[in-house]
Amino acid sequence: MNTAGATVGSRLADIVGPQHVITDPAHLAPFTVGDKRPAVAVRPQAAPEIAEIVKFATNEQLAVIATGARTKLEIGLPPRQYDIALDMTRLDRVVVYDPGDLTLSVEAGTPLHKLGGILAEHRQFLPLGVPYQAQTTIGGTIASGVDSPLRQLYGTARDYLLGMEFVTGEGVVSKSGGRVVKNVTGYDIHKLMIGALGTLGVITRINFKTFPMPAASRAFVASFQTVERACGMRNRVSQSPLAPMTIELFSPGVADLFSSEAAVRIEPNPMPEHLFPRARWSFTAGFAGNPNTLNRYENDFRKIAEECGAVDATVLTGPQIAAAFARKREFVPIALSSSPAACIIKMSALPTRMAELLTAASRAAEANHLPWVAMARGVGVIYFAILPAARNEEMKRQSAHASDQILAACAALGGQASIPSCPAEWKSALKVWGLERADFAEMEKLKSVFDPRGVLSPGRFVGGL
Amino acid sequence: MDSHVIDDLKKLLGADSVLHRPEELLLYEYDGSVEIARPNCVVFPRNTKDVVGIVQIANRHQTPIVGRGAGTGLSGGALARQGGILVVFSRMNRILAVDAENQRATVQPGVVNADVSVAVAHLGLHFAPDPSSQRASTIGGNVSENSGGPHTLAYGVTTNHVLSLEVVLPTGELVRLGSPALDSPGYDLDGLFVGSEGTLALVTEITVKLTRNPESVKTLLAIFDTVDDATETVVDITARGITPAACEMLDGWTIRAVEAYVHAGFPIDCAAVLLLEVDGLREAVEQHAEDIADVCRLHRAREVRVARDEHERALLWKGRKNAFGAVGRLSPTYYVQDGVIPRTKLPATLRRITEIGTKYGFEIGNIFHAGDGNLHPIILFDAREEEQFRRAVASADEIIGFCIEMGGSITGEHGVGMEKDRLMPLLFTEDDLNLMRRVRDAFNPAGLLNPGKIFPTTKGCGEIHVRPLPVGAARA
Repeated sequence: MNTAGATVGSRLADIVGPQHVITDPAHLAPFTVGDKRPAVAVRPQAAPEIAEIVKFATNEQLAVIATGARTKLEIGLPPRQYDIALDMTRLDRVVVYDPGDLTLSVEAGTPLHKLGGILAEHRQFLPLGVPYQAQTTIGGTIASGVDSPLRQLYGTARDYLLGMEFVTGEGVVSKSGGRVVKNVTGYDIHKLMIGALGTLGVITRINFKTFPMPAASRAFVASFQTVERACGMRNRVSQSPLAPMTIELFSPGVADLFSSEAAVRIEPNPMPEHLFPRARWSFTAGFAGNPNTLNRYENDFRKIAEECGAVDATVLTGPQIAAAFARKREFVPIALSSSPAACIIKMSALPTRMAELLTAASRAAEANHLPWVAMARGVGVIYFAILPAARNEEMKRQSAHASDQILAACAALGGQASIPSCPAEWKSALKVWGLERADFAEMEKLKSVFDPRGVLSPGRFVGGL
Repeated sequence: MDSHVIDDLKKLLGADSVLHRPEELLLYEYDGSVEIARPNCVVFPRNTKDVVGIVQIANRHQTPIVGRGAGTGLSGGALARQGGILVVFSRMNRILAVDAENQRATVQPGVVNADVSVAVAHLGLHFAPDPSSQRASTIGGNVSENSGGPHTLAYGVTTNHVLSLEVVLPTGELVRLGSPALDSPGYDLDGLFVGSEGTLALVTEITVKLTRNPESVKTLLAIFDTVDDATETVVDITARGITPAACEMLDGWTIRAVEAYVHAGFPIDCAAVLLLEVDGLREAVEQHAEDIADVCRLHRAREVRVARDEHERALLWKGRKNAFGAVGRLSPTYYVQDGVIPRTKLPATLRRITEIGTKYGFEIGNIFHAGDGNLHPIILFDAREEEQFRRAVASADEIIGFCIEMGGSITGEHGVGMEKDRLMPLLFTEDDLNLMRRVRDAFNPAGLLNPGKIFPTTKGCGEIHVRPLPVGAARA
């Protein structure tokens, strides 16, 4: 046990009880963020305890990072300072669930799968088909801003988050929004917390609008010789009356990726064989409704696919859908575990520019001799994974070079990009948060309001906020 | 006001863009609410550069500055509560770009809401937020207030349809927030600025999402002999997981007022109607309409009518959207409230509103967005009688108090403005409010932009600051 950890630990034990304080270095290793391991991890049970801990940290000039299932701690820049890990997993209660009103208030440390089970009893769900589904907490999902294939129809968390309780960097328990589905009372501060990596506040409770589960669903997969044709199908569908729940395009590389050992480890359900042909781009969409509606989707998709020059088309039903959806959902974790030094570049652009952007990105990767694989969402968000064969200086240089070119190409097409995941020791060489932003000064103003002393996750966010 | 301010503004904008004589200002001292506040001058910028110049002048003279679109707001958001310069965006009314393929439009703040949908109708698109004021209210005003409307039940409110903003901060800097592409790295500044009621910045350009027109639409009118049956129907539709595109309720009192004015075909002898709409693919719409009609009948609907064509559909909506105009014919003044409750509490809340009306001696009509629990009780009173006005405000407060008791909120779409600032402590602690104040101060450090809004002043809670308006007409 280190001495700093012991001193801080005993003070924290006064707040949460000694059994909820971890100072043993071996047990602290899983809380590592970037190159820093905390001196202590603490497991509070309620917002007032967190407020006390943050106040203590402020007085002692210590830095705090809130953690849940610790699946996405690698996102962002390495912290400038990190002393206390705030393990949120004891805040795992469903505070209010009103199925009749389709509203839910839940503590941040609640595992997403547990929540899914509770909602399913009432045939409801949250459209958060996010990566690490089996482990992740609701708080980590929101704080990291990860997205879901279901955003095609349901939007992102900001569209169905109704309110939030959080603890500021000054140790003040605060809230915004409410628990009703329509509300314009006060500033929407809860929207700022989405994807902020805990740099503005520690999220303690989140209120959501829930959704009725669709009656039945199917999925459609078509393959194309070129990226232009696959994107062409996406464009045609978006101009049709169809409103699928998901649309994702996949690069030829997913054929190997999705049948890899890594994929099976993360998502054991088998996928139909040859669903994603090796040399082709794939268009995939999920849709739901009554039998007539399902038939309508299927017929229209087949017709559009044919007109767009599809090589083949398949409709998935029953358990096949779950296996395919899980791979879509877990694309990033599967890509990360398929290379010793995977870098995920997240790009967004106007949807009709995606073919150009994917072409530019793949050229940049190939020019630097890097294998790559891509998933493009119908709404104009692309996850482009560079998969170096080794984690060494040469690969770092090539990856940095390729990612710089991709970021520039994205900007030239009016889009924006960031690199949510890459090896920790490469972060100084890669533009983790993308190119400089014109609205950065406004973000600095917010950080100075919520966390003036830089206690919360310092340095991890855009521009080192 | 210092005459130098007027001189500077005239030099910047030209004399024809500055109003300052008392008779010219009269029109700008009210909006759609029951509030009054007169600006010292009114200016009409033509472009973003003008707006920057106006803000610089306001800073030089330390004069308050307030943005305004069409002035249809219902909470005093666009009133110059502490005087100063009122910036009216009616000349910045151009649609700058439409990208049909990507379903985006970039507009100036003074563009009228309905004009966006008209301009893109030939492309099979529309702008989804549809406040009842949409034929007058502007996109800039909608952005400031985060406006809703009947179809927000399925399509979301303004904030769900805004991608990027160009804003002039109260300190004079011009900033672009967000991007027409999704998921900008960094804090969700658009999410904060939309709905900030004009207290953080003047919006000079907005990029919005456009929504594809549905292939099929069915509009149903369900007629009930008791209010309870109608509200129970809404509770049941929600609980069954059916999400109509719109679910509006009008009570018998409102129906009679509407029929006398619009002749929409609402039966005048019923206790309540639900105006329900489903849209989407033909195959889905057919079934959803049947499901909804079944639920209505289960709750003793006397009749469920389905609009047979576009004409009948338009007529039903005309009845809904002109309801407030109809009410204006009945009383010298009325006060529209805007509370929100969990939908399961609709039956109890409607009963309570009737009791409160009886207690204060008012007829209170109800016409509202039942599907999302957003109430709009209408209290008729004569503002010329001070005592009546006090009772009207007291009864409205009691309704809002009940909404909070039910787990609801004090405003669903009209905003806090200067109408409900004193009610904020009922929902938020001093810590909550202080944090929000500090967010405001970070962008609006001198407090020059739209002062006296949202946050309670030091005046004690419960003090009535609203003043009667001689003859009022408001929209919701």
